[in-house]
Amino acid sequence: MTETSAGRNTFLEEYSSFEKSDGFRRHAWLRPLREAALSSFKRLGFPTTRNEEWRHTNVAPIANSSFRLPAFDFDRHKVPELANFTFSETECCQLIFINGIFSQELSSAKCLPRGGRMKSLAAALETEKEIVAPWLASLASHEHNAFTALNTAFLSDGAFVYLPPGTVLSEVLHLVFVSTTNGHAIACHPRNLIVIGDRCQAGIVESYAGLDGGRYLTNAVTEIVLGSGAQLDHYKLQRESEEAFHMATLQVLQDRDSHFTSHSISLGGTLTRNDANVVMNAEGAECHLNGLYATRGRQHIDNHTCIDHARPHCDSRELYKGILDDRSSAVFNGRIIVRKDAQKSNAKQTNRNLLLSEEAVVNAKPQLEIFADDVKCTHGATIGHLDEEELFYTRSRGIGLEAARTLLTYAFASDILNSLKFKPIQCQIDLVLLSRLSRSRSS
Amino acid sequence: MLEIENLHAKVEGSEILHGIDLRINAGEVHAIMGPNGSGKSTLAKILAGREGYDVTAGKVLFEGQDLLAMTPEDRARAGVFLGFQYPVEIPGVSNMYFLKTALNEIRKYRGLPELDAMDFLVLAREKMKLVDMDEDLMNRAVNEGFSGGEIKRNEVFQMAVLEPRLAVLDETDSGLDIDALKTVARGINAMRRDDRAMLLITHYQRLLNHVVPDKVHVMIDGQVVRSGGKEFALELEEKGYGWLEETEKARA
Ligand SMILES: Nc1ncnc2c1ncn2[C@@H]1O[C@H](COP(=O)(O)OP(=O)(O)O)[C@@H](O)[C@H]1O
Ligand SMILES: [Mg+2]
Repeated sequence: MTETSAGRNTFLEEYSSFEKSDGFRRHAWLRPLREAALSSFKRLGFPTTRNEEWRHTNVAPIANSSFRLPAFDFDRHKVPELANFTFSETECCQLIFINGIFSQELSSAKCLPRGGRMKSLAAALETEKEIVAPWLASLASHEHNAFTALNTAFLSDGAFVYLPPGTVLSEVLHLVFVSTTNGHAIACHPRNLIVIGDRCQAGIVESYAGLDGGRYLTNAVTEIVLGSGAQLDHYKLQRESEEAFHMATLQVLQDRDSHFTSHSISLGGTLTRNDANVVMNAEGAECHLNGLYATRGRQHIDNHTCIDHARPHCDSRELYKGILDDRSSAVFNGRIIVRKDAQKSNAKQTNRNLLLSEEAVVNAKPQLEIFADDVKCTHGATIGHLDEEELFYTRSRGIGLEAARTLLTYAFASDILNSLKFKPIQCQIDLVLLSRLSRSRSS
Repeated sequence: MLEIENLHAKVEGSEILHGIDLRINAGEVHAIMGPNGSGKSTLAKILAGREGYDVTAGKVLFEGQDLLAMTPEDRARAGVFLGFQYPVEIPGVSNMYFLKTALNEIRKYRGLPELDAMDFLVLAREKMKLVDMDEDLMNRAVNEGFSGGEIKRNEVFQMAVLEPRLAVLDETDSGLDIDALKTVARGINAMRRDDRAMLLITHYQRLLNHVVPDKVHVMIDGQVVRSGGKEFALELEEKGYGWLEETEKARA
């Protein structure tokens, strides 16, 4: 397990210099957590495909690379490109992170309703310790996942959102993580903590993007606590550069009668792994996990989801869809746990994959672990090509083959896209998808 | 306008069409009748360009062009329309968007300016009236959850919007109650023009009470065994196809 690799050695070296940095010393109270996480990483090492959880996702390219912690070296000339990944200020409040480090200058965090906070985690670690300390790293465990362990060891910045009970937000909060490499292989470990009080209603978008190509690693962890009766629409839009690696864990804890909706859209990166874990920890909770992944070239995207029906009377709905072209590949692993006393649980899981080429590969696996008897659980996975009859019908009306393929491929994703309540995000995805579909057809 | 000569076609190795000859002039409406499984839909789909059929002999000319050499989309752009016997559902694509895209592709091909959403809507509303179609259906996904009658109306509506030179309507009457049949027939009649030809494929004679054809052909086992004028349809209604099938066998 503890084989040495270039990546492992580099991370250990980087940790030694991190320990000596101001950032490390500023939050000295985190030292025990960071050290515990580092020893978890040492113990776990990078996962291999012998590990069941990583069977179809080979992270050797990360283990064999030397990713260094980045310096803040944002080139102001890139600001126009940043606009491809942000929303207009009238549509949302925005926190912008360059290479994992908060940029006050580029952000536009307007005032939240009374008592609400939206700021960098680095700042919150100093000024909001009473809210941060009880939750930080209490949801996402570093003991079983090497990437979460690394993220926790290097924990220093990210987004912090806190909404006191009863807050209803009219604007969406946008957390933007962009990487700009200047030719350096960098690793960023954004860490987000989102604490949503009882009866709040909010929408939060996390965007991850590469500004200028290049090889880099984004290793993000987001922890979300949802108070009773709270409603959160969470969006994650992954548009990393083509050569980038993206590893991310989303860990959610839901209280009574809360509603959590997640939209996870993965379009970029050469190798992506998303772990989305939701624990419905009190009666009446409901979660909807929607996902869309579109791959081409030799991209690989792995979505592992886990929905834990820990208490009775909780509902979960999950719909993940994939569009795969060229020699790309994807994994969907949907785990649903229904605990012993979680009677009247209702879970529905669907995974559908559309293959646009003969070489694309999908591994889809439902994983149901049901320990209660009075439950309703359904699941289904499909892998298929564009329907010949639909293509013919479309062409018979005068629509050319390429346009017909684009139309039907886009239609395949339409239920996910239409479920995005925050429309600016749909516009961004439309642009990427449609330009990609028409380009891959014409090449 | 359409000349079919000695058309032979195979599906998955077995021959379905055994030499079809048919000639339709501009302005004419022809009907092809015949028992189930005789190859009517096969002929229709070959005309529209469905892949998977192997034309082993014969040729098809549409306004002098080799139709079989054209892609399905180019046939549609040149003016061939197939009203499907079993149109597919296309989830996720609105009927409105679908038809607007189709019309604009055809207009582009013909060197006409594209219609914007407003102009298209005006046109669509006018054509919807032809078949009493509910505007609601325009905003639904193509054919998704449509009733049998709605599906057939939608086919005729599409024809009315796309204004083809040759319309092949495959069992557009099947599954319709008498009122819906009359509505659909009215839509078809409104489309009759001197420079347009129509080929109605039907199993029953009843559509032909409302859309009176110039010629009626009977197809049995992949061949046109007999042709006649509009009275022929009535004779068939009376006698059924049995006697023709018998004479066919006797001849073979
Ligand atoms: N895709 C196909 N594969 C195999 N056989 C087919 C296929 N399509 C049609 N056939 C056969 O061809 C014959 C004619 O079918 P069809 O053209 O649908 O007849 P009709 O429309 O006159 O009822 C039938 O025997 C049918 O089973
Ligand atoms: Mg038929």
